[in-house]
Amino acid sequence: MNEQNAHGDDTKISTITDEHLPSRRDFLRQSSRTAAGIGIAAILGNLGTWALSLGADNEPIKVGVLHSLSGTMAISEVSLKDVVSMAVQEINAKGGVLGRQLKLVVVDPASNWDLFAEKAKQLLVQEKVAVVFGCWTSVSRKSVLPIFEEHNGLLFYPVQYEGEECSKNVFYTGAAVNQQAVPAVEYLMSKEGGGYKKFYLLGTDYVYPKTTNKILRAMLLAKKVPAANIMEEYTPFHHQDYQTIVGKIKKFAAGGGACVISTINGDSNVPFYKEFANQGLRAEDAPIMAFSVAEDELRGMDKTALVGHLAAWNYYQSVDTPQNKQFVANFKAYCKKNNLPDGDKRVTDDPIEAAYFGVHVWKQAVEKAGTTEVNAVRKAVYGQKFLAPGGEIMMDEANHHTHKPVLIGEIMKDGQIKVVWRSKGLVKPEPWSEYTNPEKGCDWVQHQGTYKKA
Amino acid sequence: MKSVIGIGVIAWCLGYCVMGGLAAEAQMNVPPSSQLEQALVDLSSETEGTRDQAVRLLIEQGDAALLPRLEELRANADRSLRMAIKPVADAWRHRMNLASPDADTRRSAATDLGTSGRPAAIPWLEAAAVNESHRWVRYAMEESALLLHLASDNPTVKQQAASKLGDMRSQNAVPALKELVQAGSEATASEPQKTLAQAATIAIERIESWNVWSSAIETLFRGISLSSILLIMSLGLAIVFGLMGVINMAHGELMMIGAYATFVIQECFKLYFPESWFDSYYLAALPASFLAAALFGLILEATVIRFLYGRPLETMLATWGVSLILIQGARMYFGDLTAITAPSWLNGGAQVLVGVFLPFNRLFIIGLSILSVIGIYALLFRSSIGLRVRAVTQNRSMSACLGIPTRKVDAYTFAFGSGLAGIAGWALTLVGNVEPGLGQNYIVDSFMVVVTGGVGKLAGTIIASLGIGGLNKLMEPSLGAVYGKVLILVLVILFLQRRPSGLFAVKGRHAEG
Repeated sequence: MNEQNAHGDDTKISTITDEHLPSRRDFLRQSSRTAAGIGIAAILGNLGTWALSLGADNEPIKVGVLHSLSGTMAISEVSLKDVVSMAVQEINAKGGVLGRQLKLVVVDPASNWDLFAEKAKQLLVQEKVAVVFGCWTSVSRKSVLPIFEEHNGLLFYPVQYEGEECSKNVFYTGAAVNQQAVPAVEYLMSKEGGGYKKFYLLGTDYVYPKTTNKILRAMLLAKKVPAANIMEEYTPFHHQDYQTIVGKIKKFAAGGGACVISTINGDSNVPFYKEFANQGLRAEDAPIMAFSVAEDELRGMDKTALVGHLAAWNYYQSVDTPQNKQFVANFKAYCKKNNLPDGDKRVTDDPIEAAYFGVHVWKQAVEKAGTTEVNAVRKAVYGQKFLAPGGEIMMDEANHHTHKPVLIGEIMKDGQIKVVWRSKGLVKPEPWSEYTNPEKGCDWVQHQGTYKKA
Repeated sequence: MKSVIGIGVIAWCLGYCVMGGLAAEAQMNVPPSSQLEQALVDLSSETEGTRDQAVRLLIEQGDAALLPRLEELRANADRSLRMAIKPVADAWRHRMNLASPDADTRRSAATDLGTSGRPAAIPWLEAAAVNESHRWVRYAMEESALLLHLASDNPTVKQQAASKLGDMRSQNAVPALKELVQAGSEATASEPQKTLAQAATIAIERIESWNVWSSAIETLFRGISLSSILLIMSLGLAIVFGLMGVINMAHGELMMIGAYATFVIQECFKLYFPESWFDSYYLAALPASFLAAALFGLILEATVIRFLYGRPLETMLATWGVSLILIQGARMYFGDLTAITAPSWLNGGAQVLVGVFLPFNRLFIIGLSILSVIGIYALLFRSSIGLRVRAVTQNRSMSACLGIPTRKVDAYTFAFGSGLAGIAGWALTLVGNVEPGLGQNYIVDSFMVVVTGGVGKLAGTIIASLGIGGLNKLMEPSLGAVYGKVLILVLVILFLQRRPSGLFAVKGRHAEG
């Protein structure tokens, strides 16, 4: 095939570059042909744009999905792609947005941060999508941020994160630190939560645990917990040997009143919990409060070592609302129908819910704005309310984050999480923590993003 | 709700059947039942004082037989009532559990009673400790009773408790003792407080000095445990890389295959065998993981590696490609639903001394690595196959001249090394998780061990894994996991600068280029 092509090219070139130069007549003929060609193309092009402008009302709206479908993060992110597709399908079944259907453009950044930036650019510049739902890790979000800001794109980011960010082009539907970590620690300090006095902050060595623990440490010190009662420790990614750390926790927890605040990420969790149980520590001696272990991660773990430990999120599959029952059933049915791996054994969790209602919030905003134009949609998102599976949520009036309830849960044998405490009403998101950055605020209405509080 | 009542009823039955002695004792001084009834009503009282009194009365005089009543109350309780019920129900349940047939449950109950701060539990604990046969459960019971004594108002009782806790080297008593020292050092301290502080200081010193010993023992054990894991990972590599000179980047994925074979066997046991057999799946998975990995190694050797003998760089690239294919293949086929439940006889651990706790799974891996080393030595140095392997390793052409089928020997050796990787994967399911990237986490460490030990020397691999594992655990407590690992790598680099061919260099005629 290749050879043939090369051969064909050769002959063509030879006709032109041959010794025999084109005569005047040939030249005229050729140029007139070219001119006619250009003319026809131009007419066709005009026709095309005219046709497009006529048919624009029914042209589907492109919606981008930027989640890793391969590589290390695929285990977590594939579920988000699935739920976004499900939400889009739901919206399309009800007649779409502004009378137009939604069309998904799914790309695979393959857990590779450079590829995230590249694919984001592709979505915004080449595909010209109206909105992108995507990213999981903070580093992937940070790497696409400049692209979204440069091309004025719109990203809905569904995962709990460390805060300290306030971008005009991102809506954060996951929790800020004050909506997950801070209330979780306050709960542990309360009488109801066990009145714990010693805190072992343990995490994987990257930005989310470090920033979260920085905030937690500031908060604990502000609440008069002596510095000697706070331990902080980090492990490399994929750390497998937790013997020494669990030994330290054991010494630290002797005499009671100690708890572990875990921001351990991904595949280190199983070795950690196993070692914890095998060294004879129980949830009663020192409960582990985890911010990165949700139902979807529990699916692939041996739960015996985790039972009785705690988690803090804004949603669990076990939340008892009619819309959540429907949502869980729909998600399972969707996975089964589309032959996704594990079918109806799939579970929902916090990031899945946040990704799901993100799509609906965007849809409502587009309908309010009457257009998919980013600046108009952004304004329309402010104050948008939606009855999410876990209960009604509200987008903040100015800071691009989401007002959500906080739920503390206990891990059960079947991999579900039982709610043991819930916040009164919705918690207002604070991208800049009051403990580490009390002077900073985030506001895109009165100010230009991050501003200095008076 | 029904199930809650059900549990309550079962608990009630247990309460009667199991703890005949205690129940009888409770019956002797049964308070007028009306008093307990009144307390149950008082639990819902608005005033805190009445409620606290009711709680105290119920804990002291009630027993688990009343649990169903509590559950009934709880069913339509508000938050404050639920909070009031919890300590009562917990205390009764723990009291009942002190007589449980399961040692772990008894010990948990004793520990929880010790931290509950309820002096009412002291007689229960002391009574239970007298009849207790298990050494460490008795220890927990005595310790808890003393901890409760330590919180009493009587200074002589306190002092006795403090010195006894010191005798017991009780780690759990340190915070309470420190508080006593603190109270004694204040300017306003009374005379009994000061003498108490002295006793507490002595006790703390004794506990702390024992602590140094127990930490040392535990660190040693952890070092040996990590070494055994490193060793079991590196043994297969030592054969494939060391003896055959093949740099197999897919070695980690052979471990992954072993781990997945274990998972498959586990699932089969879940599906096709009665539940009581479940724990034996793990033993059945040993040959399965060895054979699966060995078979795969055989295929890999026959299709890729045999064409690349003597070309290490190409081998490296080709096997790396194979490893990527295997990882993504596992991810696609198995997804992420791969939890391995360790058999119950490998859960938990054994306490050998105060504060020294040895997990069974780690002991198992240590034993396994020792057995593997013995097995490999027997095979290589005491069998005819081993003789051939060594002959081919030392001088291929001479062996061929003498009629040894070198091709076959290569294939078997490679398969054997791969099978060892499968066993490593099998063992690693006890400490880690089973996921496609499993091999990647270990491959670097394995190469590090083999290279440090000296390529081609099994003894080197053993010493190197002991050294690296031991050093790592020695440094980790002070440096933390991240810098501990960095320092290990720096040390290995420095070591290899000094001795490029590792600990045990091959010398003499066999040391061909």
